[in-house]
Amino acid sequence: MNVIVCVKQIPDPASPGELDPSSNTLKRDGKLILDESDGYGVEMALQLVDTAGGGEVSIISMAPNGEVSGMRTALAMGAVKGVLVSDPELAGSDALTTAKVLAAAVKKIGDADLVLAGTESSDGYTGTVPEQMAEVLGLPSVTFAKTVTIDGETLKVERQTEAGYDEVTCPLPAVVSVTAGVVEPRYPSFKGIMAAKSKPVDTVTAADLGITPVGWAGARQEIVDVAQAPEREAGEIIEDDGETFTKIVQYLDGLKVI
Amino acid sequence: MSFELSDDHEAFRSVVRDFAERELAPHVARWDEEHHFPVEVVHAMGELGLFGLVFPEEWGGGGGDFASLCIAIEEIGRVDQSMGITLSAGVGLGANPIYRFGTEEQKQRWLPDLVAGRTLGAFGLTEPGAGSDAGATTTRAELHGDQWVINGSKAFITNSGTSITSIVTVTARTDAGITNFVIESDTPGMTIEPPYRKLGWHASDTHGIALDDCRVPASHLLGEPGKGFRNFLSILDDGRIAISALALGCARACLEMSVEYAGERIAFDRPIGANQAVAFSLADLAVAVENAHNLTYKAAWLKDQGRDIGRAAAIAKLYTTEAAVTATRVATQVFGGAGFIEETPVARFYRDAKILEIGEGTSEIQRLVIARSLGLPVV
Repeated sequence: MNVIVCVKQIPDPASPGELDPSSNTLKRDGKLILDESDGYGVEMALQLVDTAGGGEVSIISMAPNGEVSGMRTALAMGAVKGVLVSDPELAGSDALTTAKVLAAAVKKIGDADLVLAGTESSDGYTGTVPEQMAEVLGLPSVTFAKTVTIDGETLKVERQTEAGYDEVTCPLPAVVSVTAGVVEPRYPSFKGIMAAKSKPVDTVTAADLGITPVGWAGARQEIVDVAQAPEREAGEIIEDDGETFTKIVQYLDGLKVI
Repeated sequence: MSFELSDDHEAFRSVVRDFAERELAPHVARWDEEHHFPVEVVHAMGELGLFGLVFPEEWGGGGGDFASLCIAIEEIGRVDQSMGITLSAGVGLGANPIYRFGTEEQKQRWLPDLVAGRTLGAFGLTEPGAGSDAGATTTRAELHGDQWVINGSKAFITNSGTSITSIVTVTARTDAGITNFVIESDTPGMTIEPPYRKLGWHASDTHGIALDDCRVPASHLLGEPGKGFRNFLSILDDGRIAISALALGCARACLEMSVEYAGERIAFDRPIGANQAVAFSLADLAVAVENAHNLTYKAAWLKDQGRDIGRAAAIAKLYTTEAAVTATRVATQVFGGAGFIEETPVARFYRDAKILEIGEGTSEIQRLVIARSLGLPVV
């Protein structure tokens, strides 16, 4: 079974991000790392291929400046090859363009039984790319997977919902977005890190994939303004009069978490 | 000329740091308090490839360089000195003697499990009457038929009594001179004594060992008879760089914690880091950490170049371990009362640091090595 995992390489969240004031987009000119939320998809893919007893995991990513640091982490975990789409023309691409580019990268690798992605990136949070990619590829889309199993040609997914989970089945190939915590991503071993250096990453441009127009030219969205997130408001303090639990239940009920 | 580690080294460092912060940091205080040796963490470090870093792939190792091992020990030690010494001793004193001096058969028997972190090996050199004066070893081995019969006692032996300890390599006198032998853990006649009640390194496993007519087959002789003294000295040179890396992790942790605390802790309406007395002591600490880093990785680089490391290892070990002890003292002072209680890691580092100036050659022995390298007639 062959699995392709979409991974995003993002600025290290440990150091504060900066916006480019001319475009209101996140600066991505420094070193990028593998988005933590994509480690789950990579691990899931490795486990599925392992269970299937054959096949391989490939990685696709779109990033500026030929950046492969984050992809190398996924390769060190055990993926065998990657395709990076890196092209100055891609700057300013919206989610739909990104989905078209990634879909073309999926086709370039070809022969995928399953395409995995995180539900959303940790820096952009649009949470729409996997579904758009499925549409472009003409494949079924299953979202918020908390478990993924393969039964012959059928995909079985437990899909996280607010109330619990839905059991979803669909034919393969398919595009599935996985939630954080779906599996525990492995640490790349020393041998894996060393081996990752020599694993092939094919770097292509949007034009190589036949996707035009892209970037600002192809975007149907524009970021007109950015504003500071509101300060967090002070919490409510309740004096315990012996009946506090009813207020806590009310509060949680109001949040619709129980 | 370059003072930078490679991108591969840095990628590896970030993985080990991530591992240490997620898998070790939440539990370190409890292991320390309960004197608990976390076997599962040893196995996890093994799966990460840490015990096999410097060994060739044919033995299951990673084929990496000594600098990589130093990075691993530094990063583990930055979070937990006990697991840092467990790794350092497991590689340097457990697996390395077998790899360096073992026959093909001996390597096949013991090395793959040691390299994978499935088992641990220990090195029994120190005796109650022979520490720095290792040549004063009184443990004795005599050949009776096809067996060596070993009698004596060993002291302060790291990793000797864990549930996964497979072997203890011991030095003993024979008619040919000091010779090394490998004793498997369950061998009759070898008694692992109860663990020491140590000042620090509470989660590290340390025991005395009694050898009473302990019989091992002739095939357990390690290296050439009579070459044991020279062989273990070369093992110790490597170990000194590793301890230097461990001390660097300690010093770095103290600097990082102190800088953070000095920026947060308010006294007299300002962060204590606004006071020159605090700020300058941390500036001095930053200089010490930088020096310690450079000395440690220069020694590792010399080793990776196949150059002589005796003097460089002594310099690195001496400077870095003394810097670590100073760092824990400075950190405790910055933290004030909070640094004297076990609710902060500072107190644990304070207790853990002192042994760094003692194990794998005391500071005095390092000064002796360095003074002799100057051509001085020091005894």
